[in-house]
Amino acid sequence: MTPNFAGLFHALLPEAALVLGALVALAIDLAFGRGRTDAERMQLSAVIGTFALFLAVYHTLAAGVSGPVFGGVLTIDPLAMATRLGVLVLAELTLVISSGSARPRNPAEYVAVLLFATTGFLVMAAAQQLLLAFLALELASLSLYVLAGFDKTRPECAEAALKYFLLGGMSAAFLLFGFSLLYGLTGSIELPIIARQLSAQPLTPLLVVALVMVMVAFGFKAAAAPFHLWAPDVYQGAPPTSAALIASASKLAGFTLFARLLWSGFGAAAGSIAQSYVLPGWLPVVAAVSLASLLIGNFGALAQTNVRRLLAYSAIAHAGAMLLGLMAARRAGMGPLFYYAATYGLATVGAFGVIATVAQTGPCERITDLAGLHRRSPLLALCLFVFVLSLAGIPPLAGFFGKFNVFAAALQINGLGGYIGWLTILAILLSAVGLYYYLIVLKQAIVAPPAKEAPPISVSPETAVALILTAALLIVLGLFPSVILRLFAVTP
Amino acid sequence: MNALPCTIYVSFAGAVLAWLAGLRSAAAARWVALITALTGFGLALHAGAGFTPRAGLQDLVNVPWIAEIGVRYHLAADGISLTLVVLTGLAATAGILFSWNIEQRVGEFFALYLALIGGVYGVFLSADAFVLFVFYEIAIVPKYFLIANWGSTNREYGAMKLVLYSFVGSALVLAGILWAYAAGGGQGFGLGELAAAATHFDHAQQVGMFALVFLGFGILAGLFPFHTWAPTGHVAAPTAASMLLAGVVMKLGAYGCLRVAMALFPAGLAFWQTTIATLAIIGIIYAGLVALVQEDFKFVIGYSSVSHMGFVLLGLAAANARAVGGAVLQMFSHGVVAGLLFAVVGRMVYDRTHTRRLADLRAMPLHRLLPFAALTFVLAGMASMGMPGFSGFPAELTILIGAWKASPLWTLFAAVGILVAAAFTLRVMQLSFFGTTDRSAPHSAPHSIHVLPPITWAERAGALLLIGATVYVGLKPDVLLDWITPALQSPVMQAVFGGAR
Repeated sequence: MTPNFAGLFHALLPEAALVLGALVALAIDLAFGRGRTDAERMQLSAVIGTFALFLAVYHTLAAGVSGPVFGGVLTIDPLAMATRLGVLVLAELTLVISSGSARPRNPAEYVAVLLFATTGFLVMAAAQQLLLAFLALELASLSLYVLAGFDKTRPECAEAALKYFLLGGMSAAFLLFGFSLLYGLTGSIELPIIARQLSAQPLTPLLVVALVMVMVAFGFKAAAAPFHLWAPDVYQGAPPTSAALIASASKLAGFTLFARLLWSGFGAAAGSIAQSYVLPGWLPVVAAVSLASLLIGNFGALAQTNVRRLLAYSAIAHAGAMLLGLMAARRAGMGPLFYYAATYGLATVGAFGVIATVAQTGPCERITDLAGLHRRSPLLALCLFVFVLSLAGIPPLAGFFGKFNVFAAALQINGLGGYIGWLTILAILLSAVGLYYYLIVLKQAIVAPPAKEAPPISVSPETAVALILTAALLIVLGLFPSVILRLFAVTP
Repeated sequence: MNALPCTIYVSFAGAVLAWLAGLRSAAAARWVALITALTGFGLALHAGAGFTPRAGLQDLVNVPWIAEIGVRYHLAADGISLTLVVLTGLAATAGILFSWNIEQRVGEFFALYLALIGGVYGVFLSADAFVLFVFYEIAIVPKYFLIANWGSTNREYGAMKLVLYSFVGSALVLAGILWAYAAGGGQGFGLGELAAAATHFDHAQQVGMFALVFLGFGILAGLFPFHTWAPTGHVAAPTAASMLLAGVVMKLGAYGCLRVAMALFPAGLAFWQTTIATLAIIGIIYAGLVALVQEDFKFVIGYSSVSHMGFVLLGLAAANARAVGGAVLQMFSHGVVAGLLFAVVGRMVYDRTHTRRLADLRAMPLHRLLPFAALTFVLAGMASMGMPGFSGFPAELTILIGAWKASPLWTLFAAVGILVAAAFTLRVMQLSFFGTTDRSAPHSAPHSIHVLPPITWAERAGALLLIGATVYVGLKPDVLLDWITPALQSPVMQAVFGGAR
């Protein structure tokens, strides 16, 4: 390994921009924030944060696809680059929506922690070495724990943060244990070497234990059943904008990280479920997790009366579908999975953005709190219409093509000749269940009359722009999915 | 011909414009909607005038769309699609005329209505399974909001039931199409390509794919026993939406059965033919008998739609050129006649009397209070019964003759259905419009002497449009059959008819 520090520096410029932005935001707030209102401080910090994020986007684009960096610690392949851009866009949308709707008590800290989390996501997107992957994951997770508990005035917010932290800490322990076993088995923490070593090894019990440990952490990050129990409580208790980041950018980065670990690191131990018998490996485990998530997510959502918990269960169901995309990635590449995760993230950020805005003027907990949104704010109702229908997978919105592409990729493995085919058919049929609970939400927002005392909702201009932009992106990406898919055309 | 795709774009543009116009004034939204629908109808008629019937689909647009998975934006038309596009234009225009009295959230109503119409045009013109599916789903969601927001009896339940049935159907279709795409090697979704690939599928695959796709579309076509969404949905819907649902949306299902399920998987059709015919005949007779005992005026029409769509499915199942041609003609005929019936029930009668219970209507001398409605209903009822001179007659006759070729038994049972249809139509006509003939009765019953608002110009125009269409096609079915018959000579269709018995 020849250390090439210049290359490493170039590859990490986006991360550097974010960290610097966070520090500048903190410093300026410290120096000039005294005596100003929270709203002004939030706006100033958001402007700095936006500047940092744009700088990061610029450096990501300028660096381009450069392949392995610093002897393969990082890799800037199309997937890494696409994930970085996706994460940055999602973080920017979250930031703008929070600056317009949420008024946290420590605005500069909020923005700084958000930027640190994004830094973690960026490294996760490119990490190709177990140690770096773990560090990036921890940086992102610790920031998210803080964000989840940021609203110190509400006890349920503290509950959400504590639950998230305890379960997250446990999953990190599992992951570290799994990694250490893998290191013991293969003698390396570099994914390419691990891949080479594993292809020469049988599936020993110790390897199985290591893989299951990694899967536990993955299931936690993806909010997939049976590791989903934190999700409803955190989505419900955390500030909506923090929940938006947890549900969108964090998920996208997590799927990229684990897809890379599983396929380019442990691909040899994948096993198979393409036939009507099972070859042992991690694929059958992923399939089981996917099945459980699809069932628990879709049927659990039916019983919800709280709109945030409903979104959490729908997130679990979506995680199940994304796992299908992960399983199909060997044959179809990362395109379908990435498209799904990115567009799902957009729709979720938008939905939580609407909730955050509604929550400013009144409670936005129960689904019925959305009643009469079309009269209280036609703009929010229209945006929510787009976001929820995209989550439901209705064309021409991006959510539809995401599902379509993932299902097509999964069925192409072996038609209905194996378990994965049947799992796909189940996922297709369960999307009808999904439409039911999404329509319940839209029924309140668009059909039901507003409650008598419900005031009109004023939407701040920056939030309005962010929401309209998100909705427009969902429509444009849905009509022209090639914009994203083209990035992955060259990768195997 | 080449202007046909514009029907889609005009409708979607009109939807946006109607929404924007509705923010200013209700009247503007109405006129935008009417002009949009008329433009679509005009484009369809213009295309029909310049149409040269030929075997096979004639390309309209064919450009790459999503190259990564082989999707092409491919629109094409033949006589069958053209017939249904004309029907859509007609039904859309009439529907807007009959919803002229909508007062609440007018812009949004017409925006959703036109979005639905745009999706329907798109389905009828698609030659790529992906494109067809996209338009098909676009047509589903507006229905929920149209019914849940502007509907009547039990509207939220009816809307949800209808949309979930449609969506389960579309999920089955998606599963079938994706399976065929995967089995065909993932080359593309063009209907022609898929049909070519399907010739290499083994028998079990064809049978399975056909079952998924046909059942999925069949649910929307009112296939027994999955028809139960139709009566509740039709009854809950506002008049214009019932007209569209019965008039064109159920045709989407039947069209999908023909264009996708049958054309792609002929071997599957041969396997399932008898089952489908049996279900269709059960649907014809069962729905007819249920219609015979309904106490709600609109439910009678709702069940009659299921019964009439049974004839379409029977014609498709018979799988010969005559029966399928008759089925397409019946789609057109039923689209017009059902629209007319729902218009009378929902707009002319219910909006004035605020009751649909036959017992209440019986107490009113409606034939004297609303003579125009009575006349319209008698004409529509005759068309619905299949009297000569109306479009229902050549359509059902052609189906029965075609079905005889497949199996005389089918014709026999289906003919019983025609008798049942006559029975329930005459019963409801008698009870609703000609209940009280005693001249002294209305004056003694105070609740029935109120003066009903007169029939408006919009209603007259809409009714005349639809009556004109059914009479014209009834007297001269060749206008449509000349388009339809050559379309059935295409190699794809010949393979379908060759595979079946």
